[in-house]
Amino acid sequence: MVDAPADVIVDVHGLTVRYGDRVVLRDVTLDVRTHEIFGIIGPAGSGKTSFLRALNRMDEFTPGMRVEGSVSFAGKDVRDWRNLYALRRRIGVVFPLPVGLPLSVYDNVAFAPRLAGVRARVELDEIVESSLRRAALWDEVKDRLGALGSLLSGGQQQRLTIARALSQKPDLLLLDEFSIAVDPVTTMRIEDVLKELRHEITIVLVTNLVQQARRLADRTAFFLDGACVEIAETEDLFTGATRDPRTRDYVEGRFG
Amino acid sequence: MSANDGPVPHPPRGTPVPFPARADERDRAWFVDKVVQVLVFAGGISGIVCVVGIFVFVSREGFGFIAHTLDLREFFGSIAWRPTSDKRATYGILALLAGTASVTGLAMLVSVPFSIGAAIYIAEFARGKTREALKVLIELLAAIPSVVWGFIGLTMLNPLIIDVFNVPVGLCVLNAGVILGLMAAPIMTTIAEDALKAVPDGFREAAEAMGATRWQVVWRVVLPAAKQGLMAAVLLGVGRGFGETMAVLMASGHAINLPTSPFDQARALTATIAAELGEAEKGGDHYRALFTLGILLFSVTFAINLLADTFVRGRRKRGG
Repeated sequence: MVDAPADVIVDVHGLTVRYGDRVVLRDVTLDVRTHEIFGIIGPAGSGKTSFLRALNRMDEFTPGMRVEGSVSFAGKDVRDWRNLYALRRRIGVVFPLPVGLPLSVYDNVAFAPRLAGVRARVELDEIVESSLRRAALWDEVKDRLGALGSLLSGGQQQRLTIARALSQKPDLLLLDEFSIAVDPVTTMRIEDVLKELRHEITIVLVTNLVQQARRLADRTAFFLDGACVEIAETEDLFTGATRDPRTRDYVEGRFG
Repeated sequence: MSANDGPVPHPPRGTPVPFPARADERDRAWFVDKVVQVLVFAGGISGIVCVVGIFVFVSREGFGFIAHTLDLREFFGSIAWRPTSDKRATYGILALLAGTASVTGLAMLVSVPFSIGAAIYIAEFARGKTREALKVLIELLAAIPSVVWGFIGLTMLNPLIIDVFNVPVGLCVLNAGVILGLMAAPIMTTIAEDALKAVPDGFREAAEAMGATRWQVVWRVVLPAAKQGLMAAVLLGVGRGFGETMAVLMASGHAINLPTSPFDQARALTATIAAELGEAEKGGDHYRALFTLGILLFSVTFAINLLADTFVRGRRKRGG
């Protein structure tokens, strides 16, 4: 791809990720367009998480993880960012298991803005409220913003981490199997949140639930054993218009 | 088994299931288990027995003295420790307490920044071989006998202090404090590092993903979460300083004196016991006064360790 179209926010070319001698991601090339939900499905160990980690350069802190190929974000290779931390502030991440920092609900959401130097209480209040509202958590916690974040229920904690990821107004939100520790009802609430967010930011959704990708993603990539087997409009994948038979077998539940 | 197989056939009601003849025999594993239980219980209880025994031994000699002879106002309020005076023996420990406190305090000023810094470096910044090498080295430092530290105080730090600060004697609070600080640092580092390691990696990852720098992760997330364990590390260091004898005896100058500057000589509680117990007449007032010092030391270190322990427990309970 010589000229990336204007609406491409993430452009990945020939991405290979190794841990020591083990190759977990092999020569992946794909692009993510602005304001879409880009789904990534695939069985455990297919390299989905490593792909996310390469996007915001989490490899810097992972011993033994090496990244080859190019990953460009907003037109600039992520490895050319001189301030890694500024890059990460523009990319929000939600991990599989919700991690409430041992702080109050308020301080959890205000954490990133404070790191970035926001001090004014009014401004922080505004960020906290709007982030919690966008994560559909505000009504449940507005009366106990001072309570420890880790005292919330699992589903609330996961929405807290989404609020936290939104607190720095990222351009890109990465979700890594967010529903793994969340009950089905909360999962649906979070999915509604994501559908709303689509209008504002771009989302990369890694999921182990094939149907979740179908419900949410505009386009979906299928990863298998570290390779990107197929990328297509999500509906095409699920209506049998797949190019690779392995994709159809996977979405139909014959393995995984 | 699929649903088609139907229910598992039961023996008809009223027919007892035949009981295997030797099923309820006590076998080898049962006996081994009993024996091990007894042994482990004996091992566990022996620690408590020893502590109680020491306490009983020390207090038998000391408490009678406290009850009958000792004037508590003099004991805590006077700086005159003259147990061998011909006219009237006095037992004031104020100077000794001040000596121990000032040396320990100075030691903490030296060792807390060093050891917390070292722990942060090892746990959060060092990687691979550097980290392993450092850990081994620090454990090695912790194994240096205290008399060797005292030796260093006498022969290296003493002339150094005389030279640098232009004072007549280099055996003083500063000397003993620095030596004690260096002694306490390795154990504090090890415990502090454990406390930092106990902070879940998920906290670090979450903060990093939000764009926190390494230092911000340490300062805003790891240190607050490890606060309790770090307090325990510092307290155990204090306990170590309080109870240390030989190095303090050698480096402090061992003069009864209320120290007012780091260059004053001082004498510690522990050093007093070590130096005088051999000369005190067994069963005499002096002898029993030294045991009273022992009770005091025992109680203080016990209290410090208990406090440290509650911090560690607090940390476990909160799961941080």
